[in-house]
Amino acid sequence: MMQDNSENQTIDMMLNMGPQHPSTHGVFRMELRIDGEKIIDVKPHIGYLHRGSEKLSEGEQYHQVVTLFDRMDYLANFNNELVYCMAVERLLDIVPSRRTEYIRVILCELNRIASHLLYVGTIGLDAGAMTPALFSFIGRDRIQTLFESISGARMMHNYFKIGGLKEEVPTNFVSMVKDIMPEIRQDIDQAEKLLTFNEIFLSRTKDIGVITADQAIDYGLTGPCLRGSGVNYDVRKSEPYSVYSDFEFDVPVGLDGDCWDRHWVRIKEMDESLKIVEQAINNLPDGDVESSLGRRLIRPSAGEVYVKAENPRGEIGVYIVSDGTDKPYRLKVRPPSFCNLSAIEPLLQDSWIADSVVILGSLDIVLGEVDR
Amino acid sequence: MIGSMSSYFQDAVSTLISLLTLFSFLAVIVLSLVWLERKALGRLQLRLGPTRTGPFGLLQPIADAVKLVLKEDIVPNDAERVIFWVAPIIVVISAFMLWVTIPFTPGIVVENLENMGLFYIGAVGVIGILGLVLAGWGSANKYGVIGGLRAAAQLISYEIPLIMVLISVAIVTQTFNLVDIVNLQSPVPFVLVLPLGFVLFFVAGLAEVGRTPFDIYFAESEIVGGPFVEYSGAHWAVFFLSEYINTFAIATLTVLLFLGGWSGPFLPSIVWLLIKIYAVILLIFWIRGTLPRLRIDQLMAFAWKVMVPLSFYLVVCCSVYVFYEMPWWALTVMSLFGLVAVGVIIYRYITAPARKVAEVRERLRSLQMTQEE
Repeated sequence: MMQDNSENQTIDMMLNMGPQHPSTHGVFRMELRIDGEKIIDVKPHIGYLHRGSEKLSEGEQYHQVVTLFDRMDYLANFNNELVYCMAVERLLDIVPSRRTEYIRVILCELNRIASHLLYVGTIGLDAGAMTPALFSFIGRDRIQTLFESISGARMMHNYFKIGGLKEEVPTNFVSMVKDIMPEIRQDIDQAEKLLTFNEIFLSRTKDIGVITADQAIDYGLTGPCLRGSGVNYDVRKSEPYSVYSDFEFDVPVGLDGDCWDRHWVRIKEMDESLKIVEQAINNLPDGDVESSLGRRLIRPSAGEVYVKAENPRGEIGVYIVSDGTDKPYRLKVRPPSFCNLSAIEPLLQDSWIADSVVILGSLDIVLGEVDR
Repeated sequence: MIGSMSSYFQDAVSTLISLLTLFSFLAVIVLSLVWLERKALGRLQLRLGPTRTGPFGLLQPIADAVKLVLKEDIVPNDAERVIFWVAPIIVVISAFMLWVTIPFTPGIVVENLENMGLFYIGAVGVIGILGLVLAGWGSANKYGVIGGLRAAAQLISYEIPLIMVLISVAIVTQTFNLVDIVNLQSPVPFVLVLPLGFVLFFVAGLAEVGRTPFDIYFAESEIVGGPFVEYSGAHWAVFFLSEYINTFAIATLTVLLFLGGWSGPFLPSIVWLLIKIYAVILLIFWIRGTLPRLRIDQLMAFAWKVMVPLSFYLVVCCSVYVFYEMPWWALTVMSLFGLVAVGVIIYRYITAPARKVAEVRERLRSLQMTQEE
């Protein structure tokens, strides 16, 4: 006898992940369609942290916009400040002093290390290991304490000014940086050695979330996510900005484009950043860090500018249109996190629920920057 | 007639008293475990752990308990109320039931079930799964359902090697009585006779109590606590309690079955037992502080491709040993052979990604060399 099975069909389950989920790295929401433990389809929803930074900057004077950039990628404040300041400087056609540039590069590279250290911690948490997070915060704390003694704030520094720095660094800046360098190297080792070649971590990340080089370029991935797929592209090398052409460093590249390769690229990048800091601090020029503009209002002549730089998360671009007033007419940011996040759909297809968390973690997004 | 009545009454009273003693003893044990875990994990992670509540934060578990009991007990609107309330009770009762027959010394045991001891443990240990599945289902939460189903899959899979190890111990000792099993270990603890059994039991035990790297059914970063996601306050505390009691039970069984139980020189036997149990528990905490979590399919593959075949191999070894009346080291040799097999299997299958990494590094090196040329 035939049985009526019409009511016993398997249907996909809709699983809502986020915005209140511990592993979505902020207020990000994924609508997963799952079949058992497998993900069939994913629909990402962003915008929960939208603060309208781009529109807000149209109402702020050029000097004031720096604070808004601090709050976009809140794990790489200095890098964000740098790219904005560079954009306005190019609009004004001024060049900051070499000392300014060197200090900026030192701070940016230290910030890159701090950001990557946080990544090591969070990928550990995503994979279920809680200890790397606490180990990595030791190094991060050292760096942040240094930042605090320089700029007065552990995050949201507001330290780079257009054409210069807010103020001269403390007199013991060089010795401070030199002191924490070996300690940071040790901290990085301590944090990542627990994870990188751990068998379980390898089985959780190797061959998971693979994106080929072609696909990565198509989706506009940049930074470690692109280099993890084997594409040797780093704005610091391909179009050196600031004083990056003065330093010798390598661009670590992965091969397979899986989560582990992205992880490995970040680990190696921290070593390269330390190299840059070492070279910069040993050759720190004397001079002035005051902006040649003084404290005047800035009124760039009408025009537009696009400047890009390498952030810890990838290539950030800033596009400013000036109409000759003291406020930008239009300001547009190309945030690396947003573009990297766009690859989440192909990456998550046919993966496991547990993998979705690791893959998202390996993209290392900052929602403050995705939503702006 | 009156005499038998009064002896029946006496029996009932003494059983009740011993049950209450067991209950309060386990409660104290759980408090100590909470403190120990927080402190040990803290030290592993270069933190201090609790320090503010009492000396060395010793009162922290009590503060935790008070906080949890005072918390509002929320029941979700869509929850199946009866199931939602019954699930934690099932879990905690099964956790306590396990302890009825576990001896601390030959004298200290609620009710030694003589020739049913191991059998009873194997039978009762499974009931808790029901509670977890019901908790996930009853809370009408998708994360809860996924967690409950994961729990069912995981716990049932690892129950098989666990029970197979119990059976092989029973084959070797020819008894189900835990006291006899411990007494038989007086010259040579079974960890030397059955090293494979020890490893299998410990790993399956970790999975059974959902400890890292097998904490998959309440994986915080994926399914946010699984079956417990909707529970709060006292109900959550009950889950917490049973989890620690189960951890303690697995550690105790490991000690009783493989590490010689309460036997040891100089110190009283109960002290020896507790020292050994806490050593095993510290090992569990250490693993928790070190390892990431497996994925559910990897976990199941590990259970069915590695653990189950090896546990059957162990049973066969033990049977052969008993049948041919071999010396005890013959069993060690056979057991070690199995462990080597585990090593090979792990090397072949589990470290496949690691080998791939080595390959990648090799390719990178050759790539760099060609660039330099």
